[in-house]
Amino acid sequence: MDIQLTINDISLTVPEGMSILDAARTINIDIPTLCYLKLNEMHYNNNIASCRVCVVEIEGRRNLASSCSTPVASGMVVKTDSLRAIQARRAMVELLLSDHPKSCLTCAKNQDCDLQSLASELGVRHISYEGEESEFEIDRSSSSIVRDPNKCIRCRRCETMCNEVQTVGVYSAVGRGFETVVKTAFDLPLSQTACTFCGQCIAVCPTGALTELDQVDKVWKALNDPNQFVVVQTAPAVRVALGEEFDLEPGTIVTGKMVAALRRLGFDRVFDTDFAADLTIMEEATELVHRIKHGGRLPLLTSCCPAWVKFFEHQFPDLLDIPSTCKSPHEMLGVLIKSYYARTLGIDPKTITVVSVMPCVAKKYEAARPELAQGSETADVDIVITTRELARMVREASIHFDHLKDQEFDHPLGESTGASVIFGATGGVLEAALRTAYEVITGETLEKVEFEVLRGMDGLKEAVIPIAGRDYRAAVIHGLGNARKVLEKIQAGESNYDVIEIMACPGGCIGGGGQPYHHGNLDILTDRAGALYREDRNKPLRKSHENPAIIGLYKDFLGEPYGERAHKLLHTSYVGRKKI
Amino acid sequence: MCDTASPNQFVKKLDDYIDSLTNKKENLIGVLHYAQEIYGYLPNNVQWHIAQKLDIPSAMVYGVVSFYSFFTMIPRGEHVVNVCTGTACFVRGAEKLKEELENQLKIKAGETTPDNLFTLETLRCVGACGLAPVMIVDGEVHGRMHEPQAINEVLAKYRPES
Repeated sequence: MDIQLTINDISLTVPEGMSILDAARTINIDIPTLCYLKLNEMHYNNNIASCRVCVVEIEGRRNLASSCSTPVASGMVVKTDSLRAIQARRAMVELLLSDHPKSCLTCAKNQDCDLQSLASELGVRHISYEGEESEFEIDRSSSSIVRDPNKCIRCRRCETMCNEVQTVGVYSAVGRGFETVVKTAFDLPLSQTACTFCGQCIAVCPTGALTELDQVDKVWKALNDPNQFVVVQTAPAVRVALGEEFDLEPGTIVTGKMVAALRRLGFDRVFDTDFAADLTIMEEATELVHRIKHGGRLPLLTSCCPAWVKFFEHQFPDLLDIPSTCKSPHEMLGVLIKSYYARTLGIDPKTITVVSVMPCVAKKYEAARPELAQGSETADVDIVITTRELARMVREASIHFDHLKDQEFDHPLGESTGASVIFGATGGVLEAALRTAYEVITGETLEKVEFEVLRGMDGLKEAVIPIAGRDYRAAVIHGLGNARKVLEKIQAGESNYDVIEIMACPGGCIGGGGQPYHHGNLDILTDRAGALYREDRNKPLRKSHENPAIIGLYKDFLGEPYGERAHKLLHTSYVGRKKI
Repeated sequence: MCDTASPNQFVKKLDDYIDSLTNKKENLIGVLHYAQEIYGYLPNNVQWHIAQKLDIPSAMVYGVVSFYSFFTMIPRGEHVVNVCTGTACFVRGAEKLKEELENQLKIKAGETTPDNLFTLETLRCVGACGLAPVMIVDGEVHGRMHEPQAINEVLAKYRPES
């Protein structure tokens, strides 16, 4: 049934059940919001009406109403811009600011903060309220996420993300009244919880309460150390998002400018994680064939995503034998730089610093995992920075990013195919694997390399792909909540998949927790994915096993895919962890 | 308040109770009440255990426990002494009564004596306004608690005979 109402003297008709906020937006009347956040693509709806910033006046009602949570009613007369509503909104923000650190100039979220933008938008020029300020300890326990509860405005966006979308449940509102704040169970440091460090809480936090652990200075220090040979690698998803930090349109491909910027920053070699993505395909496809041949346990689950890895270690410790043992691509490249490449150059691996630029904050945690240093004497990867941190370095060095001339990655670990670049979007790993698996198994050329059925933003995509008389049942999942549902089926023996790709973040790595902030606009993710598929089409080679540098690597150094040396360097193991 | 059973028996009792529920997840508050009745308080490991049994995040359990003042995460003494701080008691000297109890027990409100005998807490009106100010020990109301001597005599009744 449709409802007729009036907003700011404009008469409109909207479906029953719609909120006043959404109704106003249909006629281009915007009402400011703060705690409210709805991300349809990932079934995320934080609608707890706690901040009261979106209040409006409704004729005949004594109190102002929060427009995000009040449904429209027949004949309703709403004023969104009355003096009373405007003053109330400003008062709400002043009250929030009265218990908020006034350190905007040095805050990691400076100029990316929703609270800051709102205060500016509402014309807050002074804070009329003085009083007690919260004092909480800052949690720097993890290698990925810094939690500063002093900057928390109790919007609970992180809690909704962690509990309902990712089903990890690390956060809860704790305490009551003024003392309420979002915390972990028993105030445990984040490093001692089941947090997967996916960083989706950071992606939705409107303030600086949740940020990545900043490693920029560590990179500067390495770059300025004359005794260190500093090698950088960049993940597929970074090249289609970094431009946004420099006001380029979402979906702009900046691969060449990014490489040029990295050289200008002083890196000795600029390599591409895409190379290692091609390598992952070789190893993982061989592992799958091996399991099928030798009656190993199926389905094979991809293991490129460290947040997903930590998720199953905590939530499904009984299934540790089904994920692929492949290290994630940047870890593979890290270990190769310190073994294969160090040998080529004839330098001591200890003098090499490997820096990964990732769309991800979980990769920071991953690089610090103790078992990921088995192939060399030092860690495979020394420092991980996010897309956002790289943008900061470029700004700190006063590089005019959009004026840079395109440059190419260094050889040989910068060579890649179109199959590897699509790793950055959900479905990409599986698509790349199928391109190789088909040709390796059948010995025939795959004419149509695009698997459209595996692309797009659906939480679970399924396909049955016949190769050489056998049907391969494949699934693609993004978002940990979606993964949980499928894992429960596997646990109960109700699944018959052969292979499943799983990524923790919505959209895959393009929606990673270390990417430029989307501020609620997930269309950006579709633009980034589109850019990756364009990049794939533009590559002369589009199948991982055709990468000449990969062929050379196996010939000169690794031996057989999934062989002894590959096992030692490129594969890893998992541990069961407690659910807390 | 405290059972004399061993911790293992506590767990069994709690698990049996949870197993008897049809809608486990919806009964978190009931389960917490029951657990506090058995253990006397809700330590972290009990909250974690409940979270596993109910298959809900332990942060959620902790959030609920921290929200309701009825739930306590600090061990409680054998006897719980409550001072009513409702309006009538307040007007007739509840604050003085609380201070006197803090003096005699040598603890602050919310704390437990080192010998685990008394826990001192405050609550709102118990409906005995005519007797204000009142103190409640293990549910028993003692009225017109103005004099230190009278307060001392009430406490003495709960101390073990030496």
